[in-house]
Amino acid sequence: MTAVITRLRTALGPEMAGPVAAFAIVMAVFGFMAPNFLSAATFGSVAFQLPELGLLTLAMLLPILTGGLNLAITFTANIAGLTLAWVLQGQGGVDAGVGAFVLGSILAIGVGALSGLLMGLVIAYTKAHPILVSLSMMIFLRGLGEFLTRGGDVSGFPAFLAPIGYGAILGIPIPLLIFIACVLVWHVLLTRMKLGFNTYMIGSNIEATRYSGINTRKVLVLVYTLSGAMCAVAGIIMLARFNSVRVGHGESYLLITVLACFLGGVNPFGGFGRVIPVFIALIVLQLLSSGLNLMGANQHLATAVWGILMITVMILRWLAGRIMIFNPRKGSSS
Amino acid sequence: MAGKLPDAAETKPLLSLSNINMTFGGVRALKNVSFEVLPGEVHCLAGENGCGKSTLIKVITGVYKPADGAVIEYDGQTYSAMSPVTAQAGGIQVIWQDLALFPEMTVAENIAFQTVIGRWPRMVNYAEMRRIATGSLQKLGVTMDVDLALHHYPIAQRQIVAIARALVGEAKLVFMDEPTASLTQSETDYLLDIVRSLSKSGVAVVFVSHRLAEVLEISSRVTVLRDGNLVGVYPTKGLTQSRITELMTGKTFDNSVRTRQVGGSPEMLEVRGLTRPGEFEDVSFTVRRGETLGITGLLGAGRTELALTLFGMRKPKSGTIILDGKPVRFGSNRAAIRAGVAYLSEDRLSLGLIQPQSIGDNMVIASLDKILAGGLISHDRQRSLVGGWVKDLGVKIGKQDDAISTLSGGNQQRIAIAKWLATNPKLLILDAPTVGVDVGARAGIFDIVSKLADRGLAIILISDEVPEVYYNADRVMHMAQGRIAGEYVPSATPMETIEEAVYA
Amino acid sequence: MRRFARSHPTELALLAVLLVICFVLSFTSDRFFTLGNAFDLLNTSSVNIIFAVGLLVVLIAGGIDISFAVAASVVQYLAVTFLGWIGGGNWIIGLIVAGALGVALGCVNAFLIHKFKIISIVATISTFNIFFGLLMFFTGGVSIYNLPDWLTTRVVLLEREMADGTWAEITLPVLIMAICVFATWALITRTTTGRQLYSFGDNPEGARRFGINIGAMQYIAFGWLGLMAGIAGLVQAHYAQEVVPNALYGRELDVLAAVVLGGARLGGGKGSVLGCILGVLLVSVTQNGLNLMGVSPFAFKMIVGAIILAAITLSNSSIERLLPFLKSRRAPL
Repeated sequence: MTAVITRLRTALGPEMAGPVAAFAIVMAVFGFMAPNFLSAATFGSVAFQLPELGLLTLAMLLPILTGGLNLAITFTANIAGLTLAWVLQGQGGVDAGVGAFVLGSILAIGVGALSGLLMGLVIAYTKAHPILVSLSMMIFLRGLGEFLTRGGDVSGFPAFLAPIGYGAILGIPIPLLIFIACVLVWHVLLTRMKLGFNTYMIGSNIEATRYSGINTRKVLVLVYTLSGAMCAVAGIIMLARFNSVRVGHGESYLLITVLACFLGGVNPFGGFGRVIPVFIALIVLQLLSSGLNLMGANQHLATAVWGILMITVMILRWLAGRIMIFNPRKGSSS
Repeated sequence: MAGKLPDAAETKPLLSLSNINMTFGGVRALKNVSFEVLPGEVHCLAGENGCGKSTLIKVITGVYKPADGAVIEYDGQTYSAMSPVTAQAGGIQVIWQDLALFPEMTVAENIAFQTVIGRWPRMVNYAEMRRIATGSLQKLGVTMDVDLALHHYPIAQRQIVAIARALVGEAKLVFMDEPTASLTQSETDYLLDIVRSLSKSGVAVVFVSHRLAEVLEISSRVTVLRDGNLVGVYPTKGLTQSRITELMTGKTFDNSVRTRQVGGSPEMLEVRGLTRPGEFEDVSFTVRRGETLGITGLLGAGRTELALTLFGMRKPKSGTIILDGKPVRFGSNRAAIRAGVAYLSEDRLSLGLIQPQSIGDNMVIASLDKILAGGLISHDRQRSLVGGWVKDLGVKIGKQDDAISTLSGGNQQRIAIAKWLATNPKLLILDAPTVGVDVGARAGIFDIVSKLADRGLAIILISDEVPEVYYNADRVMHMAQGRIAGEYVPSATPMETIEEAVYA
Repeated sequence: MRRFARSHPTELALLAVLLVICFVLSFTSDRFFTLGNAFDLLNTSSVNIIFAVGLLVVLIAGGIDISFAVAASVVQYLAVTFLGWIGGGNWIIGLIVAGALGVALGCVNAFLIHKFKIISIVATISTFNIFFGLLMFFTGGVSIYNLPDWLTTRVVLLEREMADGTWAEITLPVLIMAICVFATWALITRTTTGRQLYSFGDNPEGARRFGINIGAMQYIAFGWLGLMAGIAGLVQAHYAQEVVPNALYGRELDVLAAVVLGGARLGGGKGSVLGCILGVLLVSVTQNGLNLMGVSPFAFKMIVGAIILAAITLSNSSIERLLPFLKSRRAPL
């Protein structure tokens, strides 16, 4: 029995405390204040809104684990979405076939990966700070997108795309299924694959990792490439949901994804953080905005409350730390 | 070699402590300790990690308040506890091991930093700073460009800056906490000269060092602590390294040279004419299976550079490396590891191990392929692999998931060795494996090294401490200025011969 | 000069890049190298330079701030509302009110960071969301076009008619920018407080052992950025002749890119006012030149992004290899 508990604890990890506490607080507060909060409608809206932010957060997670940041995620998603949009338009717009969609998606993911690859190469080979590299990539992609679309929308897609944005299988929204699949891929990548292992090691000490015989440049390049590819998945979902692509769509998600990672217990300096707590943190954020929506507030108030929640969790963590210090059994002196 | 001992009966102590007790959360860090420093004396404080050395320094500098009953006499005054302010005002200065310097600021600012301290903002007087800095450096007989940012200078020069900073006020008593830990031999010699001149000018120096050779060379008296107890105060004259070790650890170690016969076993590594201009030139040697080759030498001798070249992290300009009968040319350390070369870094804290990460992950990082099952990492395999090595090398750990930084230096180094053994190496290069490892734990490390050699591993042991290679290697190679300057067999050579050759 | 090259390699490299760009642009457009255009550049860059020198102080002290641009929006909104309420006011009152509000918002960040030991990027991303969310919620996204007269009147400090009949003008924002730049330079290089900020960013533990008041450092750094952000907010409102709640949204990252490009280190202890200005100017000069060349405005950002990407790639790799004497390896202490 204790073995099961230890295994469970190691599987969940210490990062779980923050998001679970936040989850409990949100459920309790809204369950109490908004009687219709605990309803299928709430969870339905969460289920449909979660994937876009969630996929972008997954794209942000890997670079943060290496001690970096990818500030280009939202515009990478836009450019990837544009790629798919143009392929579809080139193949007949609303009359485009499934083949065009598959081809377009592959190209979109390729474009996303390419943007990540480029950043990864610069970061790995010049040791320039990832914030600066991804920031300039973001400015470049935003400019590129605006240049190519002249700031307008691209729309007119075949009808069979709608289910990817709005459909459901067995009552579970398709975007959510795609997102959960991606969460599982990331989870396996980080817990069971060499690349994931090395990602954590690099996040804590890149030189010591290199001295241990790890090709750190390759790992960094792969991490940013995967991050870019995940952005593309988000871009495809966004295309299906809005039935259009506009550069700047989802721009406001950028810093929310960083917030979601931190809320999920990811170390801002890299090296530590797990997918599942981040997943829970994302659900908490969406529950918050859905709950506020039910009470008549808009998304902007929800954004503010997200920030307040983050601060609250950090203050609780600080309080917990203080209690540890004053507890002579666990506190360490000297 | 030992410094002159002032006549204790005639000289009144500058500092005298008695009945010092300190307790942290139920653990007694200092038990009824007394300590005494004479004016202008170089006094060594010796003891293993956790023996209470740092605690004692912090009591003297006023960081900690000792338990009631303590008597501290300093410069004619009696206190029951020091405060940082009285310690500073009385001329007590500490040079911490990490120096606490500001690399991006100029040398002048670093030395005269106190002029910018203070509650209310003032204009900075750069001329005054330069004057103070130059003056303080002059006391040490050093000239430096004080307007250059500190990070342009090597670590030894920074150490000088830290000392210069301590001397800005009227310093009477200077504590140096492991000042030589990151210095090479010649840099250390330079530092020891400065300590001597300080002492001559009347400043008392309390010197804390792991390196016993220095302790013997520089000090006039040694105070030894063990587990928070005072073991005793000894005049340095008449002490030997092994005697201090015994006093520090309470154990006796047998220091005998190795006399194993390895001449018959096949050659594992042959290096011919290996050259990297500016680092090492025309280096040729062999290491046999089961043999331990010691390499020693001073700063710039090219030891670490040679090791990194064998490990594939630097490319030789010319020369050949033959490993296990096959000529090899490594494009990276990954190729070297695959071929069976392992390199334990001299810098355990920042290059050898990934301090924040877990013991288990640190151990398997170089041999991830061994714990794969169906292409995925198997945590069960990892656990059993780590468990096996932990048992094999006698590492004391809590849980495998604990951060490696929670272990002592000696246990960390064992994990680092295990990490490389897990890659099944043919050649193991150990670069300064005992840096930051307690004297008592060093013997344990060398026991492991000896066992590995018996198992047939070829080992290169690099150290700048001659006794370390003398007692633990089958053959000793002396490198100087990038070339091989001599080769000795310990069982046929007195250690003094090698020491003279190296330090001459 | 040699010493300057050793202590300011980034600034020097940036200056070289800027000169090359200017040189190229002077061939492509004959309008580029005119006094009028130079003054234009200063007028348009003022707000960003004020933001940049503020952010520089936080970066030097080892922090980072994401929230300052939306904080400036909050200040704009509150200040203009308050000024309308007291009956108009003037530039002095306006700057005092905006500065005070900015300092207050900066101190919120400092409080969270110091009191609860929250890492600055986490704290300021949170306050970024709080400031922006609350601003949009309470204003409903509605802009203010009805500003006090003094705030919308252009104040020309220096003007000169050019040969082609156009006017080259220096306006009030440039003066305010110059004062902010000078004040920041004086703070960080000439006062003991400034040197304490550097030391704190360089080696926090070392600074602590010297008895430097850590809390004061955080409040001064974030308070100073708040002050600059408040002033920049008011100047931006003056420049744009309106207050749009989301006008400055996203500006934080552009400014951050410029400041880091200018040699400030994420992590603290390093950075100069000169580098900041050069970083901002590199971006605005490029935009200005492209504009004069008749390049589509949609392409600006793309090219600017590409230039920054190229600049950091160069400044982090080849410059040190091309000019080995600039090489400064920072060994760990």
